[in-house]
Amino acid sequence: MDLVFALENFPRLLKATILTIELTFLSLFFGIFVGVFFAILRASKIKILFFISYYYSYIFRGTPLLVQIFIIYFGLAQLEWIRESFLWIVLKEPYSCAIIAFTLNTGAYSSEIFRSAFETINKGIVEAAESLGLNKINTFLRIKLPIAIRQSLPAYGNEMILMLKGTSLASTVTLLDLTGVAKHIISTTFRPVEVFIVAGSIYLIITFIIHNIIKFLEKKYSFNS
Amino acid sequence: MKNIFKFFLSSIAALMIFFSSAQADSIRIGTEGAYPPWNAKDESGKLIGFEVELANWLCIYMGADCTLVEQDWDGMIPGLIMRKYDAIMAGMSITDERMKTINFSQGYADEVASLAVMKGSSLEGMDTPKAINLSTGGGDVKKALKTLTAALAGKTIGVQTATIHQNFLESGDVGSVKVRTYKTQDEVNLDLAAGRIDAALAAAVAFTDYAEKSGKPVVLVGPTFSGGAFGNGVGVGIRKDDTDLLKRFNNAINKARKNGKISELAIKWFGFDASM
Repeated sequence: MDLVFALENFPRLLKATILTIELTFLSLFFGIFVGVFFAILRASKIKILFFISYYYSYIFRGTPLLVQIFIIYFGLAQLEWIRESFLWIVLKEPYSCAIIAFTLNTGAYSSEIFRSAFETINKGIVEAAESLGLNKINTFLRIKLPIAIRQSLPAYGNEMILMLKGTSLASTVTLLDLTGVAKHIISTTFRPVEVFIVAGSIYLIITFIIHNIIKFLEKKYSFNS
Repeated sequence: MKNIFKFFLSSIAALMIFFSSAQADSIRIGTEGAYPPWNAKDESGKLIGFEVELANWLCIYMGADCTLVEQDWDGMIPGLIMRKYDAIMAGMSITDERMKTINFSQGYADEVASLAVMKGSSLEGMDTPKAINLSTGGGDVKKALKTLTAALAGKTIGVQTATIHQNFLESGDVGSVKVRTYKTQDEVNLDLAAGRIDAALAAAVAFTDYAEKSGKPVVLVGPTFSGGAFGNGVGVGIRKDDTDLLKRFNNAINKARKNGKISELAIKWFGFDASM
């Protein structure tokens, strides 16, 4: 372990961390909407909507993220009609391919988290809301959703951390995120130990921050307070 | 009970003898298996290619028992240093940068690098000499690099990571092009064919091989490159402290060169004599 060498490469790795955070944040942001959307579909009484949601979650949770990102980046690019369609504007760029893959992946997990959170809501609360004259939309937005969000916080915090680590796969589609730059440095200096320790520590610090934000929110919105 | 104990002891002893004798003259050679025609894999996953066959012959000449070890390209040199294998035969060019970390045997083969584009690209028909050698320099080389710099301005070029080709593009010899790095040459080829990158730089045979096998209209453009950042041929990479092994490889390569084995294998795999 050469501390000087590790410190020398720290600024480059820190710069690459910006892309890692960007990928994590954007994927989680879009993923929440995807997750809530499919969680609502899952509760639907219309069979086809239920099945769409069910199989979306089944497919994206049942295949490795690496396979998903490869299919979206290298796989779709093989189809000529995609390359000639407007979709190519988006799919041509590795950045957007990565965001799409990560969003769909985290969306599937989030939909399961939100679904189970909705299911835990006490029927009495919903009935109380209805008896107060709240319509369906208001019951959902003002009663169900806030409770579901609070319920899903611990599991969702976990998902955020998993997504952060998942973004390291962006390096497989030419993006120079934290892992990508770490590999790049190693390939020219041939010294994996120092570089990976520094990169790993940066991931650890981000995880620490996420973990504490979730912990803070959990406390703030705890039912006992 | 005693007999069982004895049996165990003797089998352990036998195993120890077996392993120590095997270790005495077994050489593990690291290769990528993803850089045809240097080294690749057939449909069943078996390693094939110029270097795979050459390695077998070199081992016969050295009287050694060799095993090939597969290793991803970006971990090739770290893997050697960490003793996952004792030698590298992976189309690895002998460069000053790598010589800081490991030793190389004498070169056994050499071939030129080239840019490739898809047919119909605006980069086709560049006015450059057929070949430039960066080591000799001179007016011709300077002029060719100038032409390239102008043509490649703002273009995205794909290369395999940690290669001489990446080093060249990042050296500034052709201005500041956008370099996109890939884990394998296969992925470079895929993105070239898909139109995600404007051009790619690799060994010329890597492109002709791909064009032939995939039927995609990949064409070589500009000059072929050698010398300078492109190194001095491809050699066997060996740890610095393994001077004995280095000598043995050098002798075996000498023999294979003199009896025409390297030429024979090169013609078989490259279609021309790339031996050196």
